[in-house]
Amino acid sequence: MNHSRSRRNPTREPDFPTAKPPSPGGSSGGGAGAAMRLIVPLQGVVQGRGGLILGSVIPGALYYFFQLYLKRCRSAKPNSNPPSPSSSSAQLADLSRSSSRSNLSSRGSVGPVRVSARANSIAKPNASPYYIGLERASEDPYDRFDNPDGIMQLGLSENRLSLDLIETWILENLERSMIGGADGNLNISGIATYQPLDGMMEMKIAVAGFMSQVMGTTVSFDPSRLVLTSGATPAIETLCFCLADQGNAFLVPTPYYPGFDRDMKWRTGVELIPVHCRSSDNFALSVTALDQAFNQARKRGQRVRGILISNPSNPIGNMLNKETLYSLLDFAREKNIHIISDEIFAGSTYGSEEFVSMAEILESEDFDKDRVHIIYGLSKDLSLPGFRVGVIYSFNTSVLAAAKKLARFSSVSAPTQRILISMLSDTRFIQRYIETTRERIQKMYVAFAAGLKQLGIECTKSSAGLYCWADMSGLIRPYNEKGELELWDKLLKIGKINVTPGSACHCIEPGWFRCCFTMLAEEDIPVVIKRIQRVVET
Amino acid sequence: MSLSKIATNDMHGENSLYFDGWKAYDENPFHPTKNPNGVIQMGLAENQLSFNLMEEWILKNPKASICTPEGISQFKDVAIFQDYHGLTQFRNAVAKFMAKARGGRVKFDPDRIVMSGGATGADEMIMFCLADPGEAFLVPSPYYPAFDRDLRWRTQVKIRPVECTSANNFQITREALEAAYQKAQEENIKVKGLIITNPSNPLGTTLSRETLTSLVSFINEKNIHLVADEIYAATVFSSPRFVSVSEIMDEVECNPNLIHIVYSLSKDLGLPGFRVGIVYSYNDAVVSCGRKMSSFGLVSSQTQHLLASMLSDDEFVDNFLMESSRRLAKRHKTFTEGLVNVNINCLKSNAGLFVWMDLRHLLKEPTLEGEIALWRVIIKDVKLNVSPGSSFQCSEPGWFRVCFANMDEDTVEVALKRIRTFVGKGQEEAEAPTKAKRWKNSTLRLSFSSRIYDEAVMSPHSPMPHSPLVRART
Repeated sequence: MNHSRSRRNPTREPDFPTAKPPSPGGSSGGGAGAAMRLIVPLQGVVQGRGGLILGSVIPGALYYFFQLYLKRCRSAKPNSNPPSPSSSSAQLADLSRSSSRSNLSSRGSVGPVRVSARANSIAKPNASPYYIGLERASEDPYDRFDNPDGIMQLGLSENRLSLDLIETWILENLERSMIGGADGNLNISGIATYQPLDGMMEMKIAVAGFMSQVMGTTVSFDPSRLVLTSGATPAIETLCFCLADQGNAFLVPTPYYPGFDRDMKWRTGVELIPVHCRSSDNFALSVTALDQAFNQARKRGQRVRGILISNPSNPIGNMLNKETLYSLLDFAREKNIHIISDEIFAGSTYGSEEFVSMAEILESEDFDKDRVHIIYGLSKDLSLPGFRVGVIYSFNTSVLAAAKKLARFSSVSAPTQRILISMLSDTRFIQRYIETTRERIQKMYVAFAAGLKQLGIECTKSSAGLYCWADMSGLIRPYNEKGELELWDKLLKIGKINVTPGSACHCIEPGWFRCCFTMLAEEDIPVVIKRIQRVVET
Repeated sequence: MSLSKIATNDMHGENSLYFDGWKAYDENPFHPTKNPNGVIQMGLAENQLSFNLMEEWILKNPKASICTPEGISQFKDVAIFQDYHGLTQFRNAVAKFMAKARGGRVKFDPDRIVMSGGATGADEMIMFCLADPGEAFLVPSPYYPAFDRDLRWRTQVKIRPVECTSANNFQITREALEAAYQKAQEENIKVKGLIITNPSNPLGTTLSRETLTSLVSFINEKNIHLVADEIYAATVFSSPRFVSVSEIMDEVECNPNLIHIVYSLSKDLGLPGFRVGIVYSYNDAVVSCGRKMSSFGLVSSQTQHLLASMLSDDEFVDNFLMESSRRLAKRHKTFTEGLVNVNINCLKSNAGLFVWMDLRHLLKEPTLEGEIALWRVIIKDVKLNVSPGSSFQCSEPGWFRVCFANMDEDTVEVALKRIRTFVGKGQEEAEAPTKAKRWKNSTLRLSFSSRIYDEAVMSPHSPMPHSPLVRART
């Protein structure tokens, strides 16, 4: 497999229209649904729920009558299938062929084949810049030697800096194939037979240990509180299925990981309500904003089930401090809702700041653990996205019981578990790996941020993640989403680099871009900077 | 702190009484030397007869496993690969294998192969793609019990059984299909499709060409989907040979957009731990949607890589398919003949990892209660965990599914002996003491590691509602 192999549509990124969720008052540009445009003003006119009902009933009724009208029109039209029989013999031959085909179809079916509405909603071709960028980059991927004019991929948050460490470990430690047992005897039944669908206990122990190590050993994780899934993507969907019914909602601070739109909403029917954060306070999460969003949702009759945070944040790269975590907990307690903390980048930190997990906060609290759930996975911190290992960690035994049963739809492969059990149990190696990775990420971050700074592009101060959150608002014209997308397009077509525009992350301020730098080598950074410069100067 | 309806309802099915059989097994599992009086697991449709062939191949091909010195050069590329299209060589190899399992009579397009989390994930995913909440799928009964959960739980799709009876050897009739369809219409339920398992679980039979043709015409006429769950395709061990829906498509007039196949490597290859589920659809929209949904259940790239190598080894695959069939045939013969000797008949079957045993003559009364009573006796006194027909929604009491491929020859003997004892209880036949001596003297050669009994957490997954063992241990 060569390195210029195209990578298409990686899992944890979306590839469907990331429509902005309707925001009350239509604050951010563009995406508010037509429905909201009708409902909200009506809500203003007819206070409270009346507006909601009128706003739903009137368009609904209109739509119904329109459909009825159309139906009547359609049935009035003559059946167009059988073609006219009057024509020359040559044509007649053609006609009778096509006629027989139409006879076949009319005999065989009573209309077009219908798949589910769910399938329809996603099968439409995708106009999201996010998807387009990923596809373009994979069609023409940059390679320093083989394809120096290709597109550089800065839109995928993956860590390729430390795979060599893992390779070395494997070479030194796994002498035989993965089915070799501790006693040297082959044990294929241990990997080929049915295993507990939420992960083998040994694997849970190993993963719990890894999580603890990666988060600085300030907190320990209980293996019995883990449910393993095939990737963080099903982990978060499964958790959502456990906590919310169709139509319920989660509050999500923006900007947020675009994949949440699919993972949390698609099959569950759950809504995401953005809670906007601004650059003026470094995109910090404010409980006031949460409160406001919660109340507005309640007015709309929407039931909020919880808050979804990513900590360290994707795409910003900042971490929530203890104080914020405590206030979040208080807020959740007050409203009696859940907290989902996606901590998948917990080990990818590089500043002097220490990561604080929700689990750490709860260790000091004696009550109310039932509402906190943590999502984790091995795709970022251990650079193994292909192996598909995700984690749901919860203090709530009912959630765990339900998640365990649901894990059957997305279990981790047993041979993969065997390999990882070995690797994760080598705690000395893991320690070395974690430290080295951090150093390398930091090095890349410093070089990259400095490079951008030379061009006058500032990044938000961040201390974690595999990316920078770059402010290119000064370079866009006009200062709105359209301008941002134009710049994104230029960067892709002229600059030949793929970055993630803030609008894909529901950022309320235009001009921000997420640039992932851990798929590059250090030598590539000047190339990236030069390319951006090229675009900036046109 | 309330949870969702899905988290709190009973759709997972684990509160059903059929759990008692699993509980009995978990509390007292059979072991040839350590616990010879324990309950023998005959409720798990797992294929353990050909493990050694797998083992040998893996040993001989360390390069296939990227986590070995020989295979390490591929490691980086595979470890980062999470494209939901799947490794090309994996899809190619699976397409080839699927064709081989159908005797090479039909070709499969690798681009139509979509991954999912095991057959469980595949069944659920195809429902998500084809039906909306409240819509229904017809399922011929008796059917795999977990369909109630896998097809309905999160999808909120309904299931409507199509009754099949012993009157015609449980074959699916056009009348039964029409009746089920009409009934759904009357209840104002929209039927979106028909899902069949072919070869059948629990019957162990393959659908005849005529039946399959009739099914395809039926769905085509009603313009509903046909999902053929063919996960036991390569477990066919005697005639008639397996006819896949993919073969019928060319012969019968049908809209290919309605045809979908669910496949897996769990039964044919005996690799359930690998979690390889496949959805193969002739409908482009379904392939496209399914691809995106497969993000929720991708096959580990490490596993894809290993299987790509293994399934591309033509010599290995051809030999495996032949040998596996042979071993299944032999085991089936031993078991059914042993049963016939005590006047117990099974439905004539040519596939699967189980038999559909007829114990109607042993029922005290021909009712559900009678069946359950007999079942409890079999669990408690005969100490065999078998699955009662009612758990498969069978409309006639007295049938039981008994798995025979998840144990070694000696265990089969023990099981047969216990059945003989049970049936002959009336005659009070004394068991030959020589049999007991033979146990102690012979060196037991288990075809799978005895670690399976020793490990702390070992409960094999049940196709029935999930074993409570995992709950108990964590």
